[in-house]
Amino acid sequence: MSANQDDANLLEVRGLTKTFGTLTACDHVDLTVAKGEIHALLGENGAGKSTLVKMLFGTLEPNSGEIFWNGQAVTITNPGFAKKLGIGMVFQHFSLFEALTAAENIALSLDDGSPISTIAAKARALSYSYGLPLDPQSLVGDLSVGERQRIEIIRCLLQTPQLIILDEPTSVLTPQEADKLFETLERLRSEGKSILYISHRLEEVKRICDRATVLRHGKVVGHCNPRKETAASLARMMVGNDVQAVVRAPAQGIETAQPLLEIRALSRKPATPFSIPLRNINLTVRAGEVIGIAGVAGNGQGEFFESVSGEVSQQDAASVRIRGKDAGGLSITGRRLMGAAFVPEERLGHGAAPRMKLSENLLLSRHATDGKVFVGAGGMVKSDAIYAAAQRIIKAMDVRKSAPDPEAAALSGGNLQKFIVGRELDRRPSVMVVNQPTWGVDAGAAAHIRQTLIELARSGSAVLVISQDLDELFEISDAIAVMHNGELSKPLPIAEATFEKIGLLMGGAEPGHAEHALETS
Amino acid sequence: MMRLELVKRPQRSMLFSALSPFIAFVLTIIAGAILFALLGVNPLKAFQIYFLEPVSQVWQLHELAIKAAPLILIGVGLSVCYRANIWNIGAEGQFILGGIVGSSIPVLFPQFEGPLVLPLMLLFGMVGGAAYAAIPALLKARFNTNEILTSLMLVYVAQLFLDWLVRGPWRDPKGFNFPQTIQFNDSAILPELMPASGRANWGFVFALVAAVLVWILMSRMLKGFEVRVLGSSPRAGRFAGFGINRMVFFAFMLSGALAGLAGISEVSGAIGQLQPVISPGYGFAAIIVAFLGRLNPLGIVAAGLVLALTYLGGEAVQSAVGISDKVARVFQGMLLFFVLGCDTLIHYRIRLIGLAAPTLESAPKLEEAR
Repeated sequence: MSANQDDANLLEVRGLTKTFGTLTACDHVDLTVAKGEIHALLGENGAGKSTLVKMLFGTLEPNSGEIFWNGQAVTITNPGFAKKLGIGMVFQHFSLFEALTAAENIALSLDDGSPISTIAAKARALSYSYGLPLDPQSLVGDLSVGERQRIEIIRCLLQTPQLIILDEPTSVLTPQEADKLFETLERLRSEGKSILYISHRLEEVKRICDRATVLRHGKVVGHCNPRKETAASLARMMVGNDVQAVVRAPAQGIETAQPLLEIRALSRKPATPFSIPLRNINLTVRAGEVIGIAGVAGNGQGEFFESVSGEVSQQDAASVRIRGKDAGGLSITGRRLMGAAFVPEERLGHGAAPRMKLSENLLLSRHATDGKVFVGAGGMVKSDAIYAAAQRIIKAMDVRKSAPDPEAAALSGGNLQKFIVGRELDRRPSVMVVNQPTWGVDAGAAAHIRQTLIELARSGSAVLVISQDLDELFEISDAIAVMHNGELSKPLPIAEATFEKIGLLMGGAEPGHAEHALETS
Repeated sequence: MMRLELVKRPQRSMLFSALSPFIAFVLTIIAGAILFALLGVNPLKAFQIYFLEPVSQVWQLHELAIKAAPLILIGVGLSVCYRANIWNIGAEGQFILGGIVGSSIPVLFPQFEGPLVLPLMLLFGMVGGAAYAAIPALLKARFNTNEILTSLMLVYVAQLFLDWLVRGPWRDPKGFNFPQTIQFNDSAILPELMPASGRANWGFVFALVAAVLVWILMSRMLKGFEVRVLGSSPRAGRFAGFGINRMVFFAFMLSGALAGLAGISEVSGAIGQLQPVISPGYGFAAIIVAFLGRLNPLGIVAAGLVLALTYLGGEAVQSAVGISDKVARVFQGMLLFFVLGCDTLIHYRIRLIGLAAPTLESAPKLEEAR
């Protein structure tokens, strides 16, 4: 290797491979990151991006392959060693203690033993100099997700890394917060630091990244300059073929249609000290329409879903009404019997029991609504009828699987999600509430799921979709409401909605949140 | 310096899952042989006395059935609890309460005779066990207390309550101050199955019927599905609309009722009166039975017979070679230890990790070692 290349490449990875059992998560991956560049790692969920960076950060051990740091072969055995080398990482899921202050959280990750006050002063200075204002004395539990991410970034910068790995950093940010982050990243690049930027959002990769490495099924399928590619050509590299566009006919005569799901002055006290209270939520979903609920993660969407589904029932029976009847006091089973169907965010362990077969998972949500078909006299389960119904759903939703009736955990995320959505669609529900319908689902399956939700609405059902993915909501919704800090905005008809307007609402630019609005504008 | 780490295996081996109880049994035999050798007894001879002689004659098979019946009845009930991820450790107490409540009929109404007596006693026994099991269930559902502690502590309460009863209010007035109740009248005695060949009573039939019924419940019925869902993924169970608190009561009271039935069957069948101690630890040994039987009611029948043999073998080695019959407890403990150990190693593998960061040279060797 020549001296020249040593200067240019901060990190070089050759033939890195990691297998989990029979699954090869990373298959002979090559990657080079030059000094002073923002390098994108592109790929769908499950393509092996996270596995790759975990090996770079020392939390996973590769099965084979080499890593060169400044031209030197290194074995990164643990995150402490990675930090010493000069690799910093900002995880997608934060590791912060909510009951501690920002400064205390930062102090925990530094092992130099300097007093908190020094760390707080350093953190404050650094945060302002990078345009990420942060009050080190504030409690993490009181901070928004965007602010928590700042703590993670500051914590990483305090260790003066040469390479910063960011895992899907904008998935928890409003468009305006993301803009600020990009400014910071460009500033870091101008100081000669390198950034490995993991994302599946093509527009932002085109905007800020100098080079991109595209992963598909654990293999590198290409290196490119994202600025010279189109979003469509990048998507093709990621997915492997063209993705079918979702077709949405405009809804007709919605204003006069019958309201099927009504939420009236729904409030809920926080269940734990750090969960979000729901404050006076009002929403009507009429037959034939899809209403989307946007919002940054952790603003009460999970609590809202639990309340609407009946996993947590309400004191006030009129706060949730299904097909014109009060349902607030009913359990999830009672609400299903009124014609509602629900798909939760978490697939394994919430929407499906991981170690149970698909047919058993069909019974999970339909033992009461289809009691006559699936359960016989004396509570005996009719396995044959359930198996047949499961096969019908598998066929209708094109669920790909390795065995006739595999365990839920054996399916890929996208295929399991297709089954879970199909399980509810199979009932022809008149009200469908879905939380993150395509989270972690590959593009082809996502398009299929979105299309079926639109078709369900057009056939006369009311569909409510909670999602963090704005592109998705704009693709399928007739109107979008925004959830922020436990409050829900009025739905904006899709014709009037823009990314900017929704983004401002996500940042809290509603009357009563003036202080947040100022901060983000 | 090295440390041990358990690493989750990506896949469970189906073969070893099925073989695990047998491997555990073989390991117990090996460890037992070492134990006997250290005690100065020829292991082969000891094993012959321990495992073969107690089942070499027909009347001895009856004794085996007498010992196995309560173990199977209790173990089957406990398997439902453990499948639901609810940890009832107090079956011994529920067994005793079942014995006490069921015995209240012949003790308090010795003149009451006829074909109704026995069914009523059995029913009372089940109600007594279920009601006693409802206490830790209530504490868990209402106050979120740890059911392992409360159910275990209630065992000692039950043992002392029985002790007080037979020394105090229920003592036989004509019994020369022995701490025991009156002998039950004939209609309060659980009949023997085949009096011509041995003592085994209907308790063993109850155990087999309970095992089959619970097997149907768990594998074929919606309620069993509910148990399995709530036990394996409680959040999915809540999504399905199954109530966790209802399940706590169901599992505790079902296992309590079966333990209570075992208790009254033992008292009215094998003993014929109440005395300070009515169980040689069946309620605890049944925990081993439940796991050795892989929480499957039909497997529990086989496991119950194995554990019953450890009791008989313990008595046999005591009389034949003069080793304490506490050796039975040692065998039961080793069996549980090896069963749980095998199960753990099916799900995890052990990895040795050097605390010093491996150098470049040692890293590839670690790879090969695995």
